[in-house]
Amino acid sequence: MTSAIRAAGLVKEYPGGIRALDGLRLEVEAGTVFGLLGPNGAGKSTTVKILTTLSQPDAGEASVAGLDVLREPERVRATIGVIAQRSGLDPEATARENLTLQGRIHGMRRADVRARAAELLDRLGLAEAADRRAGTYSGGMQRRLDIAMGLIHRPSVLFLDEPTTGLDPEIRSAMWAEITRLARDEGLTILLTTHYLEEADQMASRLAIVERGRVVVEGPPAELKAGLRGDAVAVDLRRPEANGRAVAALERVAGVREVLMEGLSVRARVDEGATAVPAVLSALESAGVTVAAVTVSRPSLDDVYLQRVGRSFASDETKEETP
Amino acid sequence: MTTLLTHSGLMSGRWLRILWRQPWFVAITLVQPVIWLLLFGALFERVIEIPGFGSDDYIDFLVPGIIAMTALFSAGWSGMGIINDLDRGVMDRFLVSPARRASLIAGPLGQLAVIVVIQALIIVGLALARGADLPGGAGGVAVTIGCSVLLAWAIGGLSSAIALVARKEETLIGAVNFLVLPLTFLSTAFMPGDLTPGWVADVARYNPVDWAIEGGREALSADPDWSDVGAYAGLLALAALLCGWLATRAMGAYQRSV
Repeated sequence: MTSAIRAAGLVKEYPGGIRALDGLRLEVEAGTVFGLLGPNGAGKSTTVKILTTLSQPDAGEASVAGLDVLREPERVRATIGVIAQRSGLDPEATARENLTLQGRIHGMRRADVRARAAELLDRLGLAEAADRRAGTYSGGMQRRLDIAMGLIHRPSVLFLDEPTTGLDPEIRSAMWAEITRLARDEGLTILLTTHYLEEADQMASRLAIVERGRVVVEGPPAELKAGLRGDAVAVDLRRPEANGRAVAALERVAGVREVLMEGLSVRARVDEGATAVPAVLSALESAGVTVAAVTVSRPSLDDVYLQRVGRSFASDETKEETP
Repeated sequence: MTTLLTHSGLMSGRWLRILWRQPWFVAITLVQPVIWLLLFGALFERVIEIPGFGSDDYIDFLVPGIIAMTALFSAGWSGMGIINDLDRGVMDRFLVSPARRASLIAGPLGQLAVIVVIQALIIVGLALARGADLPGGAGGVAVTIGCSVLLAWAIGGLSSAIALVARKEETLIGAVNFLVLPLTFLSTAFMPGDLTPGWVADVARYNPVDWAIEGGREALSADPDWSDVGAYAGLLALAALLCGWLATRAMGAYQRSV
């Protein structure tokens, strides 16, 4: 595997003894989308700041596209695209002017910038608003322009720090689709930070959960969830008196664990929901139990977070967002 | 070096665009000096009668002082643009791009030079309309404006440095208000050095605002001593370089705090 991003032992302490990073380790394969998931203050943004050369670590080392971020920051800056949490657009300039300046700073020629800006504005649906001042844009439009700003100079590694925070859910999923498509078309490596479980799940091919400046667990989302050993199966029955028989029947099926009764339904954990359901159904049928409904649910990233961090992600988030 | 020049040009272009879209900034910073030129010019018209004043028209005497003062005011506020950029994340975006650090300082200073030239030309026009002679002619006016641009770069660099270290509008406003009036009055803007108390004349000798005024006044006189003018311009250029260097250092301090 070729790594586009590599970091080891990153430590960053801010004045007042706040340890934002505490030995963070990270490796991102070229051409993939990697998600850094964690609540606010976990150290995601600090990681991005160090990898994009904005900030320097107190200890540890990191490289992006094979270039050392501490020794060759200038060369790193030339190869990366950054879409930061705070947009950083010039509100007095039009979208086209913003893009032109960004491209020219990256040493692009006038004609090249012009063509590339037009292409990106078109692809991101901003062609009609291209000559309006960015300050007049809606939140969603500004975010799309931010993406264009990050891509204008054809970077090989793109950093997206909380790209959809503060956007409507509808715009958010449109944004996910857009970013994923652009990444694929341009063969980019993307490091994405987010505090939306769904965002990490949908966009990232691998993710790391960050907690207190360290990576607590890392892997492909599906694998992390599979690591929880199994899906949840819930069987709803027509008659309550069948409960005992249903439980007994399920316990005999191979691979079914933790069978529990809950009113009219019986719950269990299985390794693979899809393959277990036929066996469960035939066992119940032969035991003479009439089934009203069967639901299989995959373990969510929230379950992974709960298991690794010891708190549910949702509880962290509500805590963060209530001042 | 060519990259630095290209980037400085690009950044200045950005700041000039901002100026072009909010030209009221030029007008606002002009109000005070214009009032001073017209009001002081009328109010103290007869100070020239004091023996040893050495000028026979007070407006003529005031022009270099008012130009330098306007440059000082405009330059003091130039750090505001940097604070805006810091707040909006514009600065961070440039810092993760290949943009040269010094060009981020040079951009607002390029804009400042244009502002100072426009303001100075307006002041010269007003003074001529009020009957000033300006014996030094167009060449003298150009040199006076040049001195004030150098002064503006020094003060603008200092303002940028304060902006990058303090990162708060309130702090910058406080610092500018603290500096601007003493720098204006501890100079020969309104009264020749021979007629001010000795300690004021002593302090003025180290005041960059006074360098710009004295350099300009010499250049605007009927028979300028160009080596004098050159010395003042040299001092101002040194001050501008020093403050510009300070501002790039402050950029480093900002980055360490991120």
